Amino acid sequence: MMNDMPQAVQEQTQGTGRRIGDVVLDLQNISLSFGGVKALTDISFNVREHEIRSIIGPNGAGKSSMLNVINGVYHPQEGRILFRGEERRRMEPHMAAEQGIARTFQNIALFKGMSVLDNIMTGRNLKMKSGLLANALYWGRAQKEEIEHRVKVEEIIDFLEIQDIRKTPVGALPYGLQKRVELGRALAAEPSLLLLDEPMAGMNVEEKQDMCRFILDVNDQFGTTIVLIEHDMGVVMDISDRVVVLDYGKKIGDGVPEEVRANEDVIRAYLGTSH
Amino acid sequence: MLYRENGQFKTSYAADQQIFPITQDRLAIGLLLLVAFVVMPMAGSEYLFRAVLIPFLILALAALGLNILVGYCGQISLGTGAFMAVGAYAAYNFLVRIDGMPLIVAMLLGGLTATVVGVLFGIPSLRIKGLYLAVATLAAQFFTDWAFLRISWFTNNSTSGSVSVAGLNVFGLPIESPVAKYLFCLTVVCVFALAAKNLTRSATGRQWMAIRDMDVAAAVIGIRPVYAKLTAFAVSSFIVGVAGVLWAFVHLGAWEPAAFSIDRSFQLLFMVIIGGLGSIMGAFFGAAFIVVLPIILDQVPHWFGIPLSTATTSHLVHMIFGALIVFFLIAEPHGLAKLWSIGKQKMRLWPFPH
Ligand SMILES: Nc1ncnc2c1ncn2[C@@H]1O[C@H](COP(=O)(O)OP(=O)(O)OP(=O)(O)O)[C@@H](O)[C@H]1O
Ligand SMILES: [Mg+2]
Repeated sequence: MMNDMPQAVQEQTQGTGRRIGDVVLDLQNISLSFGGVKALTDISFNVREHEIRSIIGPNGAGKSSMLNVINGVYHPQEGRILFRGEERRRMEPHMAAEQGIARTFQNIALFKGMSVLDNIMTGRNLKMKSGLLANALYWGRAQKEEIEHRVKVEEIIDFLEIQDIRKTPVGALPYGLQKRVELGRALAAEPSLLLLDEPMAGMNVEEKQDMCRFILDVNDQFGTTIVLIEHDMGVVMDISDRVVVLDYGKKIGDGVPEEVRANEDVIRAYLGTSH
Repeated sequence: MLYRENGQFKTSYAADQQIFPITQDRLAIGLLLLVAFVVMPMAGSEYLFRAVLIPFLILALAALGLNILVGYCGQISLGTGAFMAVGAYAAYNFLVRIDGMPLIVAMLLGGLTATVVGVLFGIPSLRIKGLYLAVATLAAQFFTDWAFLRISWFTNNSTSGSVSVAGLNVFGLPIESPVAKYLFCLTVVCVFALAAKNLTRSATGRQWMAIRDMDVAAAVIGIRPVYAKLTAFAVSSFIVGVAGVLWAFVHLGAWEPAAFSIDRSFQLLFMVIIGGLGSIMGAFFGAAFIVVLPIILDQVPHWFGIPLSTATTSHLVHMIFGALIVFFLIAEPHGLAKLWSIGKQKMRLWPFPH
């Protein structure tokens, strides 16, 4: 595994491009329904270390539900999930976070009453160990910890080029920047697996380009494995290593972009809807 | 000196993370503390201490506690009076049943007892929200009303549930004169306000606010909702419990369960709404407003020769509060504290419009 390699080797492999590793997340025969509505039916696919894995499909296909299953917001009625080789029992979202899974949401889910800085600081919550009493005193260790994490958060702020809005309440920001802050909050957790639900939806071309660049940089520089939902086919075909296609809760295609593009079912699903 | 932050560059994150990063604010707060601790005790009249400052301080403390829960963590509570009562009666029992129990220790134990009860009644918040939670906390109110009236053990077997304390002292200093009472309350309030401010600007406060603003997203970044909500209930009811002890011991001296009725719960909620949800300063604004308004309404008509009966005044107070609450809920949920910060924002740029 990449993390275990000596520094020199790691740099070398980075220089020659990312090396896709073993399967880190394996979803087997997942079925999920809400009352009578079947959101996911018998879906299996896997995600390999360091890859960018996209999920595409028409509206209501079950893409967001799939992410919700992965990070424990929804609990599938059937199927097995293996994360890093271990079968996972029923899991709550905070446990997924503890295992290094972070995500952004389709409908921006920032903490509206807080500043950009505080939103991203909240992303480091799991790494901050001071207890209630120490925080009440805000002395010694608690203060030191706050500053240490502030340094990390400032790195993310620099990376995302949002220095000039760090003290702004997130509610006051335009849509595109809010999406960027949400990415920042997810990155603050230093996740090994990052789930992005339509990070470019509603953006103009330039904003999309920026976001693409951030996603590629995250993947490249930090080696973060990424699962991406995106409607923009150009973007998906460009940046994904592999793509899985859902339609009406069923998997209709899976493979590298070229394969998927040539897949009959996929073409039909996309022609059948107004995309 | 104009109110500006220009030119005050922060060279370290520690400096940037101060409670009052702007020099003028630090001067203002220093001045305020000087007036409160030094000038007031020399200049204030007995009436001012008894009728205005002491109730103001204690209610501000209770509102501060409630604001942690409602304003910072977004959990509604109509049981604040109950948690004050628990604090007061628990401290009373510790004081009368244990020989040589110091006041401060009894006060903190009262707060801790309120914490336990608060967490207990906070458990429903893990399942229910909004109106239903309000009803659940209302249950706390009715339960304690009943318990302190009917279970005579809590009131040391006094018949009406009315009890009293006397001869209070801290480290041998008597807390009897209005000035001493005022200084004692002031000190306690300052300590708690600082601790509360520290909590709300730390990871703990961010967890509360995250749960308040977007609970699913909070869980997804690893905040355990159970922990965040219950710590908010715990901290909130601890502070409210201590405020209850002060209200009973220092302000009233002798009290019965009615002192902590549902009216008190609502009054504190109004303070938080008018003062500003999710603001430490808001609790003080709200308390000042609610303590001072009736006094003004009582005095001002007299100056103009319009005699208002006490009943009319109290009706007027209710009507004004009602109107203000509707106004603030609709127009400015962050209350007076927000108006204050908007004012400061304007001042920062004054005399330029932008
Ligand atoms: N919490 C829920 N309760 C009930 N039904 C749900 C819930 N979440 C999703 N669904 C249903 O599951 C199906 C799949 O929804 P999902 O949001 O996963 O689709 P999607 O592929 O993300 O669509 P879009 O492209 O519009 O975001 C839909 O029919 C939706 O109505
Ligand atoms: Mg979706």
